[in-house]
Amino acid sequence: MRRWLTAVSITMVSVLGLAACGGGGGGQATQSPAAGGGGKQQVEVFSWWTGPGEADGLAEMRKIFEQQNPNYTFFDAAVAGGSGDKAKALLQSKLQASQPPDTFQGHAGAELQGYIKAGNLEDLTFLYDELKLKDVFPAQLVEQISVEGKIYSVPVNIHRSNVLWFNPSVLKEAGVAAAPKTIDEFVAALEKVKAKGKIPLSIGSEWTVTHLLESVLLGSLGTDAYNALFKPGANWNSPEVTKALESFAKIMSYAGDPQDDWQPAAKQVADGQAAFNVMGDWAYGYFHNPPEGGLGKKSKTDFDWAPAPGTEGTYLWLSDSFTLPKGAKNREGAIAWLKVAASKEGQDAFNPKKGSIPARKDADQALYTDYLADALKDWSSDKLAGSIQHGVAVNQPWLAAINEQVGLFIGSKDVKALQQGLADAATANAQ
Amino acid sequence: MRRARTWLPGLLLVTPSIVAIGVFVYGMLGWNFQLAMTDKHDQVSEGQFVGLQNFIDIWDQPRWHLSVNHTIVFTVVFVLGALLLGWLLAFLMEKGIKGEGTFRAIYLFPMAISFVATGIVWRWLMNSGTGERAVGLNRLFDWLGLPQWQWFRDQDWGMAAMALPAIWQMSGYVMALFLAGFRGVPEELREAARVDGCTEWGVYRHVVLPMLRPVTLSALIILGHISLKVFDLIVAVSGKQIITDVPAVFMWVAVFDSNDPAKGATIASYIVVSVAIFVIPYLIWSVRAERRTVRPESGSLRGQRGPSERDHEQERRS
Repeated sequence: MRRWLTAVSITMVSVLGLAACGGGGGGQATQSPAAGGGGKQQVEVFSWWTGPGEADGLAEMRKIFEQQNPNYTFFDAAVAGGSGDKAKALLQSKLQASQPPDTFQGHAGAELQGYIKAGNLEDLTFLYDELKLKDVFPAQLVEQISVEGKIYSVPVNIHRSNVLWFNPSVLKEAGVAAAPKTIDEFVAALEKVKAKGKIPLSIGSEWTVTHLLESVLLGSLGTDAYNALFKPGANWNSPEVTKALESFAKIMSYAGDPQDDWQPAAKQVADGQAAFNVMGDWAYGYFHNPPEGGLGKKSKTDFDWAPAPGTEGTYLWLSDSFTLPKGAKNREGAIAWLKVAASKEGQDAFNPKKGSIPARKDADQALYTDYLADALKDWSSDKLAGSIQHGVAVNQPWLAAINEQVGLFIGSKDVKALQQGLADAATANAQ
Repeated sequence: MRRARTWLPGLLLVTPSIVAIGVFVYGMLGWNFQLAMTDKHDQVSEGQFVGLQNFIDIWDQPRWHLSVNHTIVFTVVFVLGALLLGWLLAFLMEKGIKGEGTFRAIYLFPMAISFVATGIVWRWLMNSGTGERAVGLNRLFDWLGLPQWQWFRDQDWGMAAMALPAIWQMSGYVMALFLAGFRGVPEELREAARVDGCTEWGVYRHVVLPMLRPVTLSALIILGHISLKVFDLIVAVSGKQIITDVPAVFMWVAVFDSNDPAKGATIASYIVVSVAIFVIPYLIWSVRAERRTVRPESGSLRGQRGPSERDHEQERRS
C-alpha cells in the first residue's frame, strides 16, 4: 500500500511540475507590463540600446517620459547586442506567442516589412496627423519609410552610413593630399598607402563588408540609380552594377585582415595602423568619447572624416524608430512613449548622447557640435538614399541573402557569382 | 490485482516522462518534418505540402555545400583530436602517476564550462591579429618565434581551428571514458600476456586496445553527435559569419533573418537525420549487446545454452 501511495504522489508531483513549466511563459507576462492595482501602469519599451552613449540617450528620454506621464512607469526591456541581432530573435518569439512588448525598436524602413506583413504593427498615420509630423520630418524621409501610403514607425534619430574615416597622419606619410572624392581616387590612395606598408583599408566582421558594399554601390552608381535598385523590377544584372562590383572587388583587395567587429577595425585607423575605414557615424562616438566608452582621440588630428568616395551630396541614412505592436497591453502608454520619441524635446535629449542627429528638421543646432554639426548641415541639404545593411532599403530576408552573398564573395572573390547572387536575391525578395 | 500491483506503480512513475518526451521531443520532431515538407517560405503563408522538394532544392545553394563541408572538416578534426588526446591522457594517467586525482579533476574541469563561455575565451585566444597587433595565442607564438595564424578566419582551414576549443573542452571527458576502460581490463590478462613473453607495447596492442573498442565506439558516438549539431561554440566565437557557417547556424539565419520556416525546418531535419545515422546503429548495437549478456543467464536457467557457446559468442564480440 505504501508503495502505491508513493507512486501516486510522485506521479502527481511530476504532472504538477510539468503544468508549472507550461505556465512559465504566462508567468512572465504577469510580471512585466500592467502592474495593475490602480497605481502606475508599466510601459514595456523593447530596444537594443545597452551600450555606452545609446543607453545614456535612452535614459534621457525616459526622464522626459516619466515627467510628462506621471501615471506610467517605464519598463526597460533592452536586450544587449549590436545591430539588434539577439534582440530581434527574442522579439520574433514574443510576437509569435502574441506577447508583444508595448513598443519595440526597429530600423525604420523595409526592415519592418516582415512585421507589417505578419500583421504585427499598427498603422501610425493617425499619430503623424495628430502631431503634424509630416511637416517636421524631411519629405524624402517620410516617403522612404511609407509602405503603401501608411507609416508604421516613429524615427527617433538619423545615422549616416557613408562615412569614410581616415587617419590624417597616415595619409600625409603616404603622400595622399586629401580625402579621395571618387572611387578612382580612392583606389589610387589605397595603393599609395599599401606602398608604405600600412593597412590601406581596415575591415571588421562580414557585416562591415556589406556596409562597405553599400557605400561603393552608391558611390559608383550615383544616388538615383542606387535608389532604383530597390524598386520593383530593378536590374541588378546591368553593366553599371558589374562595374560597381568590380570596383568593390578592387577595393576589397586592399583590405587588411578582418577584425572581430567594427570597433577593432576603427581602432586600427585611430591607432595609425590603417589609413581608411568605411563605417557609420556611430564610429565618431567611439573615436571621440573618453576611454571606457571610446578611444578619447582628437577629431581632425587623430582621425578625420569625409563622405565615402563618390557619395558627396548624398546622405546614406538609417534610423532607429519605435513602433506600436498590435495587441500591446498598454496601448495608451505606448502612444505616450511614441509622442515623447517624436517630440523635439525627446529627440534633442536623446541624440547628442547617442551620437546621432534628430530626424526632425527643427532641432536645436547648438546641441550638435564637431562631426554632428557637419551631419546636421548635410542632412538638411543632401539627397537621401537608404542603407542596405541597416534595414532601410531592403527587408530582413533580402538582407540575409545579401549578407550570404557577400560572405561567399569574401571566400571566393568571384565578382560574377556575387552579381548573380545579388540579382537572385533581388528577384526573390523585392516587393 | 496482484499483478497490477507489481507493474502499475512503475508505469505510473514513468508516465509523466513518457508524455513529456512524446510531446516535446517526438511531437515536435514530427511537426518539424511536416513543416519541412511544405512551402511555408514566409511567416504568413499557410504552406502547401510539397513533399521532399525543399530537401532537394537546398543542394542548389552554395552556402549549404559550404556549411556541410565545414561540418565535415570540424567533425574529423574534433573527433580525431579529442579521441587521440583523450586516449593519450588516459594512457599516461593509467601508468599511475602521482596526484592522479588532481590531474583527473583538472582535465575534466573544461567539461563543466558551457560551449558559450569556452567560445568567448577562445575567440580572444584565436584572435587573428599578427605582428604588433597580436594578442592571445598569436602573441604567445610571436614570443616563441613560431609562425602566427589566421585561426578561424582562415578561408581553408578555419574550421579546423574552430575545432580546437571543442577538443580542449571534450578531451578530458574522453580521458575519463578511456580511463574507466583501461581499469576494466583485468590485471590477470596483462600478466598472462607478459608471461607469454609479450612486450609492454604488445600488451597494449593485443590485449588492452581490443578491449577498449566498446569505449572507443561510445566516445565516437558522443563526440560525433555533438559535432554534427554544433551551434553555440560557433556563434560565440564568430557569430553568424559565412566563413564559419555550419548547418545549425544556417538554420538560425533561415528562421530568424530570412523568415523562412520551411527552409529552417529542412536544415533541422538534415541535422536530425545525420545525428540519427550515428546514434541509431549504436542503440541497436547496445540493445543487442545487452541481450547477449542477459540471455545466457536465463538460457542456462532453461538449460538450453552451455558455457562453451557463451565463450564463443564473447570471442565474436571482441
